[in-house]
Parts: sequence; C-alpha cells; structure tokens
Amino acid sequence: MECVFGLVGKGFAIVAADSSAVHSILVHKSNEDKVMVLDSHKLLGASGEPGDRVQFTEFIQKNVHLYQFRNGIPLTTAATASFTRGELATALRKNPYSVNLLLAGYDKGVGPSMYYIDYIATMHKIEKGAFGYGSYFCLSMMDRLYHPDMTIEEAIELIDKCIVEIRTRLVVAPPNFVIKIVDQDGAREYAWRESIKSPDVSMA
Amino acid sequence: MGPTVTEWCLIIGSACHHSHPLQIFEYNGSALVAMVGKNCFAIASDRRLGVQLQTIATDFQRVFKIHDRLYIGLSGLATDAQTMYQKLVFRHKMYQLREERDMKPQTFASLVSALLYEKRFGPFFCQPVIAGLGDNDEPFICTMDCLGAKELAKDFVVSGTASESLYGACESMYKPDMGPEELFETISQALLSSVDRDCLSGWGGYVLLVTPTEVQEKILKGRMD
Repeated sequence: MECVFGLVGKGFAIVAADSSAVHSILVHKSNEDKVMVLDSHKLLGASGEPGDRVQFTEFIQKNVHLYQFRNGIPLTTAATASFTRGELATALRKNPYSVNLLLAGYDKGVGPSMYYIDYIATMHKIEKGAFGYGSYFCLSMMDRLYHPDMTIEEAIELIDKCIVEIRTRLVVAPPNFVIKIVDQDGAREYAWRESIKSPDVSMA
Repeated sequence: MGPTVTEWCLIIGSACHHSHPLQIFEYNGSALVAMVGKNCFAIASDRRLGVQLQTIATDFQRVFKIHDRLYIGLSGLATDAQTMYQKLVFRHKMYQLREERDMKPQTFASLVSALLYEKRFGPFFCQPVIAGLGDNDEPFICTMDCLGAKELAKDFVVSGTASESLYGACESMYKPDMGPEELFETISQALLSSVDRDCLSGWGGYVLLVTPTEVQEKILKGRMD
C-alpha cells in the first residue's frame, strides 16, 4: 500500500515515498518516483490513484513553472500550497482527484516548510506528516522521536526507522522507498532504500 | 451539480475501510462555542484536525477573523470550512471596498446564510458560529446549519461533533452579564469538559475574548488525547 511521509528539520525538509506501482495483485514496477520536484526548491510527494497522481502533480508542476515564466519570480511554498488546495477544492464537486499530497519547500527568509493537503483539499501546515497505511506506523514513530530543528543525519535516521517499521509491520509492505530533500541549495534526490532491485530495462 | 450526500459518502468512504456508515460532519471532528457576556463575547474552538480515527494535527485553526469586531468559527468538514472562509473573506473585502466600512454582525450572518443556501442541493458541509460586537458594543452571536438556517441566541451557541456535550455544559455553567474574566473562565471550562467526552475533538482549546477595547487570544491545555 502506498506510503508518503515527511518531516521538517533545521533548514531543510525531507519527503519520502514508497516506489511500488501496483495494480490489484500485480506489481508493475518497484522504482516508481512518487516525489515530484516542482521547481528548484519544492517537492511534492503524492499518493493515491496512479492516473490522478501523475496527471495532477504534472499539472501543478507546469503551473508553477508558468507562474515563474510570467512573473519572473518563483512561487513561495505557501502560495503553491494554496494554489494546489484551490485546484483540488474546485475539482472536488465536479471530478475529484484522489491524490493525497505532502508539499515541502524552502523559501529564502522563511526557511523550510511542509504542507499536508489531502484528497478532499484539507490543507494544513505541519512539521511532520504521513499518508497511507504506513502513516499508522510513521506518525507514532515521529511523535516519539521527532523534535524541532533536527540535523540531516538525525532526520534520515528517523526516516529509516519509519521505513524499517513499515517493512516489518505492514502486510504487503512496499519494498523500496525514495527519499528526497529540499534545503537552501535546492530540491534533490537524497537516496533510495531498496530491498528489491528492479531489473534495468533498456529504454526503447 | 456536485455530488449528493449519498455520493459524498461513497467518495470519502472509498478511501476508508470501516464498515460503519460514513458521517461527513464527523470526518474531521470539531467543537465550537460562542458565549455572550456584558459588552463582550468569547468564541472558542478545539484544536484537533483528524481524519476519522487518525489525528493529523493539534494546532488546527477553526476560528477566523473577519474584522476587528467580528469572528466566525466553522465546524464540520475542514475542506469546506477553509473554502467557506475564503469566500467570506472575499465577500467582506468587496463590501469594505464598496461601503468603506465593516459589515455589521447581523448583516454578515445573513451573508453566510445566503451563501450556504445557494448550495441547497449540494451543500458545504460546515456549520458556522458567528460572534461579533454590533452597534453600541452589543454582542451578537448566532449559529446555523449547513443549509443556512439561522439560530440567534442571547446566551450561547455551539457547533461541532461535541455539540451535545457543549449544550449541556453551557446550559449549566452559563450566567448572564458575565465580565470578561468570568466569561473566559466559563467558556474554557465548558469547552474542555465537553471535548473530553468526544473522541473526535479536543487536543487543547483556543479561546478568543473580544471586548470593545481589546482582543485576547488564549491557548488552553486540556487532556491531550
């Protein structure tokens, strides 16, 4: 089952997500990247129906880029979260998207921030959050072990503990996870945690 | 037309795996109360944001400022509370531009009622509690259901998943013409004792006390569970 979780540390924010693309009992692939890099300093971790997830996150990414092209400056994380919530809320009573989102970003002057936006467009600024069945394990782990202003090493240790907990306790646990980080130097992939290596497929 | 209430149950229920019927107003959990004192009023809410049995945050804001002497609390589905708040702030700002003054609480209550009734057959699933100081510093409170049926009261109004407990607590603790300090104490005790009997609301309280001269905001620490 899909898990997305993340936390805010000292000067950075981390978003981790599982990387299984599943259809009923079949695992299509185990290296699906569910944390999209919206722009230089924003990450959007998404979980939910696969079609909606890809379409909606790409839609948000393109609109974030469009704002930057039109106005010459990037959107702030808070504004991006508001825009995303607005799109989900407008679609809610017409053709709803089934995507849960964790939006993390770094703004100069404000620092790192993270927003929880669920599929019915409930938005809240948080320090730590999680979606999916994995949230039942991650949130408790983070409640116990998280403290404000963690260093990167401490945060990664906590993320790894959450991943171990999911792998141990969740039936049909996803084997692989991707971890991405955003700080003043930008948004980038930090690491993969793989327990099953996907075979390399040559691109046609 | 948007989803009906039944269709809503399917939309939200598709994400949950519980056998009991899905209640939209109990999805996020909330508790709101407003009380009238002598030339002052207090409005209080709990701070939990949940998704059914899971708690997401313990610092969620449910009481919003419209202008210095008018506040609205929105209980029910959190997404609709946020959408309603955005629509109301927009309408009030337009009103301020046109009329060059703030809205009276009674007028604002009618506005909220009208906005809710516009969606009569596909409503916003939130129940507002409105509290303000009107002319002559006369406190005004009212609540309404999700379709905009106003209920004016002279003493207190309640809303949210803990509303039944709140009715009982307020009825027994309330006295007319309380001063600000006594009003603050009363509303805090009523709120905390009520949310302690409701698993979907709680995790502290937020109380706003408004007099003609000042506004006090206080966070209450209650049972954090």
